[in-house]
Amino acid sequence: MVSNQQPIASSNPTPKLAIWKFTSCDGCQLSLLDCEDELLSLAAQVDIAYFLEASSEVKEGPFDISLVEGSITTPSDEERILEVRRQSRFLISIGACATAGGIQALRNFADVQEFTDVVYAHPEYIATLKESTPISGRVAVDFELQGCPINKHQLLEVISAFLHRRAPQVANHSVCIDCKLRGNVCIWVAHGTPCMGPVTHAGCGAICPSYNRGCYACYGPKENPNTESLCHWWDEKLNVENTLIVENLRNFNPLAPSFKVQSEDRQEDGER
Amino acid sequence: MADRSKTIKVDYLARVEGEGALHIDYDDSGVQNVQLKIFEPPRFFEALLRGRDYLEAPDITARICGICPVAYQMSAVHAMENALNLKPGGALRMLRRLLYCGEWIESHMLHISMLHAPDFLGYPNAVAMAKDHPEIVKNALEIKKAGNALVRLIGGREVHPINVRVGGFYKVPEARELTALVAQLEMARGLTEQLVRWSAALPFPSYEWRRDNHYEFVALTHPSEYPMNEGRITSSAGLNISAQDYENHFAEEHVAHSTALHCTLRERGAYLVGPIARYNLNRDKLSPRALQLAEEINFTAPCLNPFQSILVRSLEVLHAFEEALHIIDRYQPPAEPHLKTEPRTASGCAATEAPRGLLYHRYDIDEKGKITTAKIVAPTSQNQKTIEDDLRLMLPSFMHFPEDKLQGLCERAIRNYDPCISCSTHFLQLHLNYGQAQSKQSMVTGKPGQPPAR
Repeated sequence: MVSNQQPIASSNPTPKLAIWKFTSCDGCQLSLLDCEDELLSLAAQVDIAYFLEASSEVKEGPFDISLVEGSITTPSDEERILEVRRQSRFLISIGACATAGGIQALRNFADVQEFTDVVYAHPEYIATLKESTPISGRVAVDFELQGCPINKHQLLEVISAFLHRRAPQVANHSVCIDCKLRGNVCIWVAHGTPCMGPVTHAGCGAICPSYNRGCYACYGPKENPNTESLCHWWDEKLNVENTLIVENLRNFNPLAPSFKVQSEDRQEDGER
Repeated sequence: MADRSKTIKVDYLARVEGEGALHIDYDDSGVQNVQLKIFEPPRFFEALLRGRDYLEAPDITARICGICPVAYQMSAVHAMENALNLKPGGALRMLRRLLYCGEWIESHMLHISMLHAPDFLGYPNAVAMAKDHPEIVKNALEIKKAGNALVRLIGGREVHPINVRVGGFYKVPEARELTALVAQLEMARGLTEQLVRWSAALPFPSYEWRRDNHYEFVALTHPSEYPMNEGRITSSAGLNISAQDYENHFAEEHVAHSTALHCTLRERGAYLVGPIARYNLNRDKLSPRALQLAEEINFTAPCLNPFQSILVRSLEVLHAFEEALHIIDRYQPPAEPHLKTEPRTASGCAATEAPRGLLYHRYDIDEKGKITTAKIVAPTSQNQKTIEDDLRLMLPSFMHFPEDKLQGLCERAIRNYDPCISCSTHFLQLHLNYGQAQSKQSMVTGKPGQPPAR
């Protein structure tokens, strides 16, 4: 750990912020650059010390806040994340890859060697791990911001909270709550559309139901979800095929514990 | 003089992201070998798509790239529709074009303002540039914001939109929702005209080194539109094929030094996709103001200087605003948000124009609509060989440069292609070898020199 234990934003007149990328699509880092209205004022308050996506200026650590995007899938990722942790006072993982393995974690349920053979003519050139791991599976994480992609306003809130040494105000409730707040008619109740909303973490603004589409859980599970019950309802009441239920648990957050356990149970049921 | 080899280390590129290095072997007689090495952490999309539902293709492939998810969604739905023999027309077709306009605007503006302009003005980033040129950065962010507003309205959100569906959309906007954006789009269009003039006046490095080695430009061409979603695949050397023929003419090869598959034209080798290729093959189809402005600044076709891609991007942004306003002006919501889709055993492919160039998808699906094979060819893998050629041809004229200047030039030559925002910055690590051990880099920042602080 970093040895300078003074409180953040006191000894460093401008706290140092670093943004790291591991295995990902870059979409969550991009959320920061999509803050067109706030970007310049944020840059005035923190020293963006390492952000390859936006700056060729690279400063050495230690860093007050590190935002980490992506999952761990290569031997070099494995080493680099330890070093990032060592140099970061606070480490915040951002996005579904970093918090729950990402879509690339589908390899965890398959044979990665076979995956490699399918995509690459020369598998021997490829260095990859058998599994995709969330950041918290490798190092201690101070906060996880869920979402594929994350919500840029929540990202600003989290940065701001850590700068001011307070808890981030990120709601842990379900998409349903936000859906009600938007005044939507429930697409499940009214139209029988299968929706993951009841077990999914809020943050997207309930966009899928607002666009007449069932939520596909890209924000991962809410706090204490009853995923088993939801799957039961999809199965019994909506007659959704088991494979589709598994697909909805195993897309962008396949390693989130409540989704993973349920998807494995369902998979076994399907094979029986 | 002893042989020396320089290694230029590229930190990462998107969809070609990961660790990369540029190996340049040269001696007194010239440059012997250039290898842009890319070690992308593979994510195996083509493998993990197998067994997934055909309706998921646009959502899953969007996650290949957070910068241009719409492009992946468009190529995916067009390929699926090609398989199922569906042709969403009328307002659905125009809405897709409108969504693409939004992505072209925001993706191009990101590259222009955050990545490319600082190069020309000598800044490490847009924030530093903003201190001396606040108007340029602020206006660029305004323009980008307008593009994002379009994507957000039609797609639901800027990154990984949720509204794109095989057969059309999940929900279509009301005419008044689109009209509400007109003022913002018109304001941004005005700012873009200034941007075009500003970028035309930038000091462009020479491209004498490309005089005798012509690029082959490859892009879609459509009879009446500047190409986005539809058209035939054409090239400056006379290629003219449908997407169905793509794999007969283009080959992917897996080379040892890269996890991005290298693409070549089977008959002629390296080629170039992206804004310059689109512009050179379709200049006459630019919108009226964009074409008029190109005339005004005496910018003709073909454009052969890769460093001028910033100017072509600005023109394409202007074109996208005009196109968007034109579509909104005529928009009437379609009767249904999407055509009815019934899965069956089928194969289909499509190519569309992502901001960075041609993006090809092919799928096989079974009778239940599960994907059995997927093939995706991204623009950056198609440009990789051309980027290497540029470096090989360019370097001999500049080998007398001091190390940092040479490194900067190599970076810029790669950045011209906007391989991805991640490679936007100081991603090259130049090591000069005089038969001694290379300087060690910090594992975290990729910078040579000081050990990490404890």
